[in-house]
Parts: sequence; C-alpha cells; structure tokens
Amino acid sequence: MKITALNKTHIGQGAKMVEFAGYDMPVQYAEGMLKEHEWTRQGNVGVFDVSHMGQFYIEGANVAQFLSKITPTDFTLSTNFLAKYTVLTNEEGGIIDDLIITKINDEKFFIVLNAGCKEKDANWIRKNLEKNLQFNELENRSLIAVQGSKAQQILQSMLKNGNLSELAYMNLGYYHLKNNQEVIISRTGYTGEDGFEVSIENSIAENFWLELCKNNEVKPIGLGARDSLRLEMGYPLYGHDLDDSTSPVEAGISWVISKSNTNFIGANRVLKEKVDGVKRKRTGVKLLERGVAREGCEVRKFGKKIGILSSGGFSPTLKISIGQGYFDPQLVKLGDEVSVVIRDREVLAVIAPINFVEAKTKAIKK
Amino acid sequence: MKYTKDHEWLKIEGDIATIGITEYAAEALGELVYVELPKVGNSYKKHDAFAVVESSKSASDVYIPIAGEVVAVNEALNSAPELINQSSYKDGWIAKVKFIGESELDENMDENAYKDFLSKL
Repeated sequence: MKITALNKTHIGQGAKMVEFAGYDMPVQYAEGMLKEHEWTRQGNVGVFDVSHMGQFYIEGANVAQFLSKITPTDFTLSTNFLAKYTVLTNEEGGIIDDLIITKINDEKFFIVLNAGCKEKDANWIRKNLEKNLQFNELENRSLIAVQGSKAQQILQSMLKNGNLSELAYMNLGYYHLKNNQEVIISRTGYTGEDGFEVSIENSIAENFWLELCKNNEVKPIGLGARDSLRLEMGYPLYGHDLDDSTSPVEAGISWVISKSNTNFIGANRVLKEKVDGVKRKRTGVKLLERGVAREGCEVRKFGKKIGILSSGGFSPTLKISIGQGYFDPQLVKLGDEVSVVIRDREVLAVIAPINFVEAKTKAIKK
Repeated sequence: MKYTKDHEWLKIEGDIATIGITEYAAEALGELVYVELPKVGNSYKKHDAFAVVESSKSASDVYIPIAGEVVAVNEALNSAPELINQSSYKDGWIAKVKFIGESELDENMDENAYKDFLSKL
C-alpha cells in the first residue's frame, strides 16, 4: 500500500488507518467522525491530509487550448491564479474524473485530481497530449487542506509574507512559510467551509502539520468526516456519484461547460443533453424518519423503484440521514415524497436540493 | 453478566435477560447514529439478528444470544443512540428478553473468559 509523507504522523496522533484508493489513510482520529465533523463545521479548523491526490503541472504554448479540449471549460478565457473545478470527459461525454485546474500563466497550469483516478487520468492526458506540452506530476509534494471559519487566521500565522485576506475564493498564490519555504496556497476545499489547500514539499510537511495542530483551534480530521462534510454540501465523489458513463449534465454540474467551448472531447453528447435535457439527474434525498441511507439503497416513489443512492450517510449538522442519487427529472421534483429502502424497510424521505447545508465559501470575496 | 463471541452482553434477572453490546464492540463501531430496535412481542431464535447498530461508517447486526421474546426495548436509544458508546453496560442496553432454554446460558463467557477472548483477537 502507498503512504503519504504524513503516514507516521497520523499514527502518532492516534488515527485509525484504512486503505483508500491504494493509500493507507486516516479515516478518523481518537475523537471520531462526528466530533471531527462538528469541529470543522462549527467554528474551528480541521486539517486534512489529502496528499494522496495527484498534483501536476501542465506547461507549454497553447496549453489553455489543450485544457479546453479535454474538459468542457474554456481555459483560454481564464485569468491567472483562478482555480476552476471541472471534469475530464471521454469521447462518449462521460466523466473520467473531476478535478481542479488553476491557471498560473498563459503557458502553465496547476492540476489537482483524485487519488483513485491518478493513473487513468495521467494515461488519458498523455494519450491526448500535444507534442509541445509537458505534463509532470509534482511527486514530492504533500497536499494539506486547512478548513473552517478560522482557517485564514491560523494559516496566516504560519506565513512570512502575503495577506490571505486578499486571496479570494477559488484563487491561488505562492507564499513563504516563516522558515522561508515556498508553499502553493489555494482558497479551495471540499467541506463547504472557508479554507485553503496547501501544497508543500514532503520534507517539511510533517513539521507544518504539527505546527498547525499546536493551535487550540486546530484538529486533524480523517476521511470519514471529510466524506460527511462533502455530502452535506452535495459535492459529488468520483467512483460513487460520478463515473465514466455519467455526463456533467446528468451530474448537475453543467456550469463547468463554457458557452464558448464547443469542441471539447465528448461535446456531442454533452451539448445535446444541455439543450434536450437528461433522463437521469443527480438529486438530493433527505430522510424524514430515522435510519441511515447508504450508497446502493433503492429509492421508491409510490412503491416503485426510481433509482438508487450513489452516496448516503448521516448528516451531523441536520441530525438526519441524507444522500444523493440519479433520478428521472420527469418523474421526481423537489419536495416529492419518496422512500429509501433500508434493510427491506421503506423509510420516508423527500427529494431535496442537493446542497443540504449552505456553503460558507460564497461570501468570500477580495 | 455474560458475554458472547459476537460482543453482546447479557444480564440475567429471573427469566429476563437484558441485552446490549460490549464496550469493545461500541468502540470498534465508532459513534453510533442510529439503532434499529426490535419490536416488543417479537420472538427470536438464538443468534437471530434482532437489532441493528449504525455508526457513521457502517451498520452491524446485533445477534440475540438466547432464544426468547422481547418484553422491553430501550426507547432512549431512538433519540440518543450514543448512549451505547457512553454507557455500554448500563444506559446503553438494547432490549429485555424473556428467555427460554436456560441451559443455553452456559454457552456464554463470564467476564474473565471474555477478557481472555478479547486479548487473543
């Protein structure tokens, strides 16, 4: 099994380790997922080791055109240091992976993609890569997410220069830690909280992590709470809520498709669906009774199967179970009463907006 | 108190067994967010799955360690499933069962035997 540079650190901090996407990762620390979730959500700061994710630079003349070919997003219109969430699409318009691509300058972009798709994505990008472009993994870097309403204050205290209050949501900058080491910081995350993701050299990652954890407001958070935090926000998880056959229109992320971008790989299906609509769309489901809805649970309307949950779990914020799944938009509308089948029992639920909890990221402006 | 290899405990008073899951089991499951209680009046065979305990990560069956009829359930777990984590052997009890077949009780472990069992896991 692969490990991140912080593997021993997690074990030293009492983490319970599990295999995730081929990596030995902390699923929770001593206090457990619920407390970790609440800690991050309710005014403190959670730090997450997301070093298993792939970090790459892609460089060369016309790199923006290339990225606009492999994703539905027009990167030729992007501005420097702006991070964009988008997807890699295959010839059939299905999603190969969801990822964040940040323009550094006209000839250089920074890419962060899912651990479980690293090899698949890299092969796909290299297969399509134009000769003048270089695509290289930043193999010796860790990625640490610092999330929660006090994230700016905590992270700022670690920096030698720069003012994080000037870093807008979905923007990236190069900063120096107090010891002069350079870090790449973007105001991004997958929790719905204000927060940052810090790309840092492996050799200094542990020290940085432990320094962060010295703050009373900071606790390390495992993958378990990371999942419940993202589920509350309605963010999709690749391999569960997204896959190679699902289009961005079906996934309800049509906003990644730029109007000016019509020639990307898979555009035929994707653009047609954008106009004609889809037979199945990613939608939220909220239980009205107790029970825990999980991935794979059947969803019924008037006793008839309408789909299954692609993700599900308990929402510590709402104290009720929530999930997401793909349903025919002609058959279900927001507010419709449905049932989720949990161990042969129909549990009452409602079709709900997929963002169960309001994101706090939107208010962050320069 | 008696213990099973599936990490249930049972406390016998007359012909009633109070049943719960052990601290070891509660710890391994993590913080519970839902408990599916059996119905009062239902009868079960020994080792039937008669309750479900769910943490944020997984759901696990609870097996009834002795055949009998459920005469009471811990309704407090409906609103506070975490009682099982906080007080596995007292406030976190799951059900009271009027049992049949007293001889079956001997198949369960006493505290020392259970501790010994845990040490070998």
